[in-house]
Amino acid sequence: MSAHAFLTVEDLHAGYGAGKVLHGIGFDVAEGEICAVLGPNGAGKTTLLRALCGMIRTEGVLRLDGVALPRRRPESVARMGVAHVPEGRGTFAPLSVAENLRLGAYTRRDRAAVAEDIERVYDYFPVLRERRAQAAGSLSGGEQQMVAIGRALMSRPRLILLDEPSLGLAPLVTRELFQIVRAVNERERTTVILVEQNAHLTLEFAHRAHVLETGRVVLSGAAADIRADAQVARAYLGIEG
Amino acid sequence: MADFIQQLVEGLGAGAIYASLALALVLIYRFTGIVNFAQGEMAMFATFIAWQLVQAGVPFWLALGATLAIAFGGGMLIERVVIRPVEGAPELALVIVTLGLFILVNAAAGWIWSFLIKDFPSPFPGGALDAGGVHLSYSTLGVLGVVAVVMGLLYILFRYTKIGLAMRAVASNPASARLLGIRVSGVLALGWGLAALVGAVSGVLVAPVLFLEPTMMGGVLIYAFAAATLGGFDSPVGAVVGGLVVGIAETLAGAYVGVIGSDLKIGVPLAVIIGVLLFRPQGLFGRAAVERA
Ligand SMILES: Nc1ncnc2c1ncn2[C@@H]1O[C@H](COP(=O)(O)OP(=O)(O)OP(=O)(O)O)[C@@H](O)[C@H]1O
Ligand SMILES: [Mg+2]
Repeated sequence: MSAHAFLTVEDLHAGYGAGKVLHGIGFDVAEGEICAVLGPNGAGKTTLLRALCGMIRTEGVLRLDGVALPRRRPESVARMGVAHVPEGRGTFAPLSVAENLRLGAYTRRDRAAVAEDIERVYDYFPVLRERRAQAAGSLSGGEQQMVAIGRALMSRPRLILLDEPSLGLAPLVTRELFQIVRAVNERERTTVILVEQNAHLTLEFAHRAHVLETGRVVLSGAAADIRADAQVARAYLGIEG
Repeated sequence: MADFIQQLVEGLGAGAIYASLALALVLIYRFTGIVNFAQGEMAMFATFIAWQLVQAGVPFWLALGATLAIAFGGGMLIERVVIRPVEGAPELALVIVTLGLFILVNAAAGWIWSFLIKDFPSPFPGGALDAGGVHLSYSTLGVLGVVAVVMGLLYILFRYTKIGLAMRAVASNPASARLLGIRVSGVLALGWGLAALVGAVSGVLVAPVLFLEPTMMGGVLIYAFAAATLGGFDSPVGAVVGGLVVGIAETLAGAYVGVIGSDLKIGVPLAVIIGVLLFRPQGLFGRAAVERA
């Protein structure tokens, strides 16, 4: 582990009401890395992201750049620079694409820079520029995923949490989307946690990866190593290689 | 013909008042999913405050400004104290809470100001313009003007300001709004404050037409419900159009349908409510799959 972890997760427990889902999760994320979180349905990946951003009750340690993340206050976590693109995208359906993007910058005061950033998002996703006046709910699934990611970028986050951005997208579109995520990560030095089921593709883009099973981390390592180790890939991720 | 247009104008004047209360109902419904049965009583209470200020010698328009500010603060306070603790409760429980609020506010007004009727000064001069045989009284014109200004300000708020955009985001998807750093609980309180303010406008407008007393808004609330239902209950534009339509329907029915007359007029909003629920439950402007393309 690196000396100064950017995000620290230690002995994290979380769940819904009485039902516990995460049973003592721990891992570090270095600044500027793309960290994949993989695992089968119901493993607790979405729950992990919800715990990180304060949507659900947690026990354990969560620190961003040395500062404890506030509990149960997602709006405060967001103001610390964590942007969560939730499962299902969280689109403001009746609002226009441009309005959705502007809302991403809600906590910012620098209006001129916000206007520039909207243009930058349109450069990443040109189709959104064409559709900027359209109700976001009328866009295709992939386009809505672009809106969700673009909206997250608008806050100039230090950490982006992406929950299964590939859901419902064609493989080719998913690859394009991941390329944009990589570009953002490289150009803006934004740290990314990428939750996915599509292990094969995700490992291609991630630096490190953690595999979750029934609420526990069962495997951690460099993404390239995990991908290269055919036995590991078969055992944990169902990848034939 | 002139007589018909005359009735139409009267109907618009009445409708504008229903529209403003309906707008208040719709604002709260959109933000919290709550049907606020106490909206009329909150408006009545605010109107009493205006009356009290005028009695104390405060000039009318100043008293009105102060009243709207108090109504705004009162609405936020009610959200904090009464609504917040039951947030997320089942729908029926919320209905009971707002009905309880109705009784509480009504009783409080009676206790403070008694149930005797009071004269409320009209903010508009008497007299009328004469336009080709149609009498446009200054008070009707004034009511229409005030409601138009309120609508315009709300439109500007929601369409062109950052906080208005945040309010629409919260109405659309509160969980998602929180993830962007929007303080949702603050926005909800703001929604209640705004609704109380808009409702207070309807109270102040209706008081000179009726008399000021604690039960003043009972009938108006039913018309406002009819207007909101007709408009689709979650559409501000719908509430306004619904209010005007209900006002016109009521006036025309009272004037031209012999059996209805002025006594049975109150049946009109009920007929509207039932008709809409039967034939077009989502109302004229209710949310379809996609809004505002
Ligand atoms: N809102 C909720 N209330 C109660 N239980 C929940 C809730 N959301 C998830 N769970 C439970 O938590 C467990 C983990 O779910 P989670 O959504 O974190 O899995 P996941 O790894 O994201 O799965 P998937 O790949 O299918 O999205 C599941 O058993 C699920 O039933
Ligand atoms: Mg999930």
